[in-house]
Amino acid sequence: MSIDIAQFHQVFFEESFEGLEVMESGLIDLEIGRPDSEAINAIFRAAHSIKGGSGTFGFTAISDFTHVLETLLDEMRNGTRDVTREAVDVLLLAVDSLREMLSAARDGSDFDAAAVAEVHDRLEELLKLGHGESTAVDAADATAPAAAAPASTGAWLIRFVPHPHLFTTGNDPVRILRELCALGEAQVQADCSRLPDYAEFDAETCYLAWTINLDGNVEESAVREVFEWIEDDADISLIREHDEEDVAVTAAPVADATTAQDAPALQVAPPVDDRRSGDDRREGEDRRGGDRRAAGGSASGTSSIRVDIGKIDTLINLVGELVITQSMLGNFDEDSGQIDYDKLREGLAQLERNTRELQESVMRIRMLPISFSFNRFPRLVRDLSSKLGKQVELKIVGEQTELDKTVLEKIADPLVHLVRNSLDHGIEPPADRIAAGKSAHGTVTLAARHEGGNIVIEIGDDGAGLNPEKLLAKARERGLVGAEEILPEDKIHELIFHPGFSTAKEVSDVSGRGVGMDVVKRNIKELGGVIELDSKFGHGSTIRIRLPLTLAILDGQLVRVGGQTYIVPLVSIVESLQAQSDRVKSVAASAELYRLRGEYIPIVRLYEVFGVEPQSRVLEQGLLVVVEGEGQRAGIFVDELLGQQQVVIKSLETNYRRVEGISGATILGDGTVAMILDAGGLIALHRHPASPKAAHTNQAA
Amino acid sequence: MANVLAVDDSASMRQMVSFTLKGAGYDVTEAVDGQDALSKARSGKVDVVLTDVNMPNMDGIELIRQLRGLPQYKFTPMLLLTTESGADKKAEGKAAGATGWLVKPFNPDQLLATISKVLG
Repeated sequence: MSIDIAQFHQVFFEESFEGLEVMESGLIDLEIGRPDSEAINAIFRAAHSIKGGSGTFGFTAISDFTHVLETLLDEMRNGTRDVTREAVDVLLLAVDSLREMLSAARDGSDFDAAAVAEVHDRLEELLKLGHGESTAVDAADATAPAAAAPASTGAWLIRFVPHPHLFTTGNDPVRILRELCALGEAQVQADCSRLPDYAEFDAETCYLAWTINLDGNVEESAVREVFEWIEDDADISLIREHDEEDVAVTAAPVADATTAQDAPALQVAPPVDDRRSGDDRREGEDRRGGDRRAAGGSASGTSSIRVDIGKIDTLINLVGELVITQSMLGNFDEDSGQIDYDKLREGLAQLERNTRELQESVMRIRMLPISFSFNRFPRLVRDLSSKLGKQVELKIVGEQTELDKTVLEKIADPLVHLVRNSLDHGIEPPADRIAAGKSAHGTVTLAARHEGGNIVIEIGDDGAGLNPEKLLAKARERGLVGAEEILPEDKIHELIFHPGFSTAKEVSDVSGRGVGMDVVKRNIKELGGVIELDSKFGHGSTIRIRLPLTLAILDGQLVRVGGQTYIVPLVSIVESLQAQSDRVKSVAASAELYRLRGEYIPIVRLYEVFGVEPQSRVLEQGLLVVVEGEGQRAGIFVDELLGQQQVVIKSLETNYRRVEGISGATILGDGTVAMILDAGGLIALHRHPASPKAAHTNQAA
Repeated sequence: MANVLAVDDSASMRQMVSFTLKGAGYDVTEAVDGQDALSKARSGKVDVVLTDVNMPNMDGIELIRQLRGLPQYKFTPMLLLTTESGADKKAEGKAAGATGWLVKPFNPDQLLATISKVLG
């Protein structure tokens, strides 16, 4: 029977990656010196499962690697090895290596063999430092039966005397006899001498014994294998009829099925073992074939998501309710003539409720807890703080808060950057902290919560905070702020989001080269989010990121230009105002600037950009919507503001093509299509109006 | 057909064992740890127990010890899934009442051979 083992690979990978997370977080939490035995056990178990699975599913490299890891953990578990910081560091590296190897196996790609080998060597080194007996014992086991293998070929005389309790081990002597007979020609003689009187007869006790004459061509290891499970539950003797020597099975360790084939002395492989090793070889090839198949499958694979079954059940319930509502409304068809308007209204209200709930539930399917992203930080903070020589405790709050999978993936890198920043620039070295009257231990807090339709993520630290004077001095030095200009504190803080602004005294390999915060801000903006900074000099800083829960829906401000409705994402709107013509300044034929509190911003006349007929071309008769995009501000001239509403984003690229200045489209309640404006794109378009893309846009609109 | 109780905390191993045995016509009851297995074995009759050693809540050795103590499982074949390095686990398992063991890694054919061996 041949079974394609590759079909279990996906589950194996999933559980192995989960196991690695267990190992990683367990290792990080291990208390050096006096570790919790249950914690080590859990780590060991995870390693053990990965080893077992990778062996079974044919990933030998992974299984070999995990073996060393497992041995170390086993010794820690038994208390024969101390849990040192060095050991934990190497174990964490090993977790990284395993992750790489597993990913490579899953994706059918290559892993960095040299790096893995180096970690493997470090594990071996660590193993040698402590206790190496267990591997030595294994080796002895493997060679023992080979050394005992006799050369002569006289028939086997086997004496098999089960202990009375044999039945209670679940072993059946008949099975043993049947297996022996299957090995070669055999004569079996039962010995009934131990049978008691009928009155004392106990059905659960084994009284019988047997003597078996077996074909001498059968290898000793094959005979031993038959008795392998019961060597302690029976007296077994095995002799060659022409030999004096009694080779008691119990005297020599029995070869494992797996070690026997590796035994060096078995030059002429015995029939049974030959078959077995042949099977193994073939199996090995099958496995490799399986790997390739699995690799091919996953390379073309689509991204998938694991959904909590509860969410699906809710969805099914809601669809059930929708069907009920539908049939209720459907009944009106048949009641010819008479229409009960109250009932109809009730039905429609129910339909509305169903739709809303269904929409929310469907959205929820794509939602994952932010712990998927937060989980990597304990490790990161641990590694970084020791690298920086700082003492940092990481607090995680609200890791079960859910958000859209896509947002979750895109927020990962900015979060890493921010946490690194907190450690590098925020938390002070222990000595500085003590001098400032703080505890030597700094705290970095990662928190997530829902607020309205948004998720708010905060990265806070109780470190040095931003020094406004230094910031201002630096900004003046770089010409970002005029020498005489006076800024309020929050404006000074905002300077760190300015491109090219870095406050680190020197470039560190932790926070990078000052490309940081402006990139982070741009990433957040791209996700439709905003980023704010609270900082108190000497007391720490908190970065607050507000993101939409999903990228599929956005909060929009509806605006009207002539007969067209456009949507401006609420996050990009700074303010809306009635324009005053005396504040307008024309710089060139087509470029107008508007003076807004000492700053000149370009005016973008939407009707010009999209070639529509407006209600009015006079600025005072319309409104300026001040938007911000990619660090630039502009006033968008529209006829009027309509309402605000959540809109479902439809991609213009998939349905039509990319259009500059527009990020997507949506369908309004009345069925008309409205374009969603992209503030950054509009501003760029306005600055280079002659670009051919603008011409396309005119046609598109 | 005989009912095999397959106990392993690893879903992929359970799946592999279960798929292999079901394909050969056995009934399979899956359990995720010793505790789970014990309650499933109590509420229905199983003919063979195949259990991993290292599991949370209750390990395979304790499971066998407990099952062996139940009158209906006094003579039932119970097999441990061990690894090569787990020689002491074999002895410990035997002492607890295990019938025998199957060494990981094993392939589906080896699994079937072992099960048919103990079921006769």
